[in-house]
Amino acid sequence: MSVQTTKPPAATGRDGAGGRGRKGGESGEGRVLNVFSHGVLVIWGLLVTMPLLWAVISSFKDDGEIFGSPWGLPSALHFDNWARAWDKANMGQYFFNSLVVVGGSLIGTMLLGSMAAYVLARFDFPGNRFIYFLFVGGMGFPIILALVPLFFVMKNMALLDTYHGLILVYIGYSLPFTVFFLSGFFRTLPTSVAEAALIDGASHTRTFFQVMLPMAKPGLISVGIFNFLGQWNQYLLPTVLNVGDPDKKVLTQGLVALAVSQGYKGDWSGLFAGLTIAMLPVLGAYIIFQRQVVAGLTAGALK
Amino acid sequence: MQHGKYRFIVGFLVIPLAIYAIFVISPFVQAIYYSFTDWTGLSSDMKMVGFDNYTRLFKDSVFWAAVGNSVTLLLLLPVVTLSLGLFFAFMLNVGGRRRKKAVIGGVRGSGTYKILYFFPQVLSIPIVALLFQFAYNPESGALNAFFKAIGLDNVQPDWLGDPQLALWCIMGAMFWANVGFYVVLFSAGMSSIPKDFYEAALLDGANRFNTFFRITLPLLWDTVQTGWIYMGILALDVSAFAFVQIMSVGPGGPDYSTEVLPLYVYQKTFRDGQAGYATSIGVSLLIVTLIFSAIVMRLGRRERLEF
Repeated sequence: MSVQTTKPPAATGRDGAGGRGRKGGESGEGRVLNVFSHGVLVIWGLLVTMPLLWAVISSFKDDGEIFGSPWGLPSALHFDNWARAWDKANMGQYFFNSLVVVGGSLIGTMLLGSMAAYVLARFDFPGNRFIYFLFVGGMGFPIILALVPLFFVMKNMALLDTYHGLILVYIGYSLPFTVFFLSGFFRTLPTSVAEAALIDGASHTRTFFQVMLPMAKPGLISVGIFNFLGQWNQYLLPTVLNVGDPDKKVLTQGLVALAVSQGYKGDWSGLFAGLTIAMLPVLGAYIIFQRQVVAGLTAGALK
Repeated sequence: MQHGKYRFIVGFLVIPLAIYAIFVISPFVQAIYYSFTDWTGLSSDMKMVGFDNYTRLFKDSVFWAAVGNSVTLLLLLPVVTLSLGLFFAFMLNVGGRRRKKAVIGGVRGSGTYKILYFFPQVLSIPIVALLFQFAYNPESGALNAFFKAIGLDNVQPDWLGDPQLALWCIMGAMFWANVGFYVVLFSAGMSSIPKDFYEAALLDGANRFNTFFRITLPLLWDTVQTGWIYMGILALDVSAFAFVQIMSVGPGGPDYSTEVLPLYVYQKTFRDGQAGYATSIGVSLLIVTLIFSAIVMRLGRRERLEF
């Protein structure tokens, strides 16, 4: 077989992931199919990466270049776009808000979620099943239905447009999956270790924090990643509950607000810079931790 | 010990339950109650109106447009996303030509593909939606510029501004954002299928086509079904709302061609001050969700394959 046929047509693409014509493949089956399937894979790879690259490249252009030659490279690197987006367009502030809210809610979700899951998984008491299904049932409901009353619940408690209000809501809506996943996980942990700790005189609370939690670490990491991505990317809840104070916006809302306002002003380069600022840290973190991210997310969904 | 146990249980459950009850359960219950009132959402005045909101739904043409678009999303989004996900995952894990040692394997560079394909999944919906909004921009967007560059000057669609195209454009962004997750999810599922199944099939002379439909798909069925439900809920709820709200030209797109149920709930509440009516739309959304889940469960029920 010739090297030519094993090489997909678009394999010279910049991701370099395509076949680099290597001799191999003893089976004669489906040479055409192979070219075809490789081609499709490369095309999807390009489809996924091109828009992202395009946004990053555009963030270095000035407005004229964005309109004049959308696919061209920038003539000079306009770092001022980034500075403008970070300072003037408040991206720095939005970033900070997201960090505070997600930091708080992630800690809260993991702590409260694992406490509830532990009790529900390992203790027998009246109402156990009821509370469990109350939590788990929340996974299937459309959030949009709850939004209107939720808005007024928050208003009456003076929690609108506050960090702690948003944190509490994020925790509430992350609990169903967290409790579901972690109670499954706690159930699989061996009973003997916890019993030994109790016999040695540790209280239930101490057993939980010093014995059971450390044993549940893999499960905690999985749910933690799942919740982090979900809460960091949350858009619906802040759009409704966090509209009073423009400086309190989280990154996702801020970005949309930026798109609307820059659209009027015509500052497209600033907008692309804002988009890139929001995009790169998460992508970077994913590339570094991709093994854990993938393992965490799939563990959740496969159970 | 018994006394200490109950104090411990209560102590551990009370805060999570309180938060959950206040912010999740109580709004859901209230929503159903509000759907029978004429509440504006602006003042605390309201009176019971029975099923008036629900009868009004039947005459509301925007509501039916929204139902139509939501159902379109509900039918197409899972089918296309899951099929692409399955196809790519199969290529990356099983579809490669056989190497010297491994019985089965993915095509070359499958690790890199998996990392790349997952990119959109870690980005938030507004980022993806805005990216595509730029790409679709009729004057300076990447797509029309691309058509120009390859000499198709007269093919310059209005994309999101065209009522015929708008919903498809938004769906395109949703496919783009979701396929990667299923590639990775199905890859994980496929890697747990025992290798000797494939070995046996190969000895029997099965080709890739047969391998996929006779081995991979049946053994992956549970995962596919989970993904199906998950994708359907996405098409009805958060994801649809965010994509349509950000990408639509005007409220609900040209001629309400992209109006979907969750967006309509939002607009009726916060734009039109008809919170009571909005919650009745929300309840109908809940009903559509439940019907969908029931149908998927029923269709998906088949003998569980153990391995």
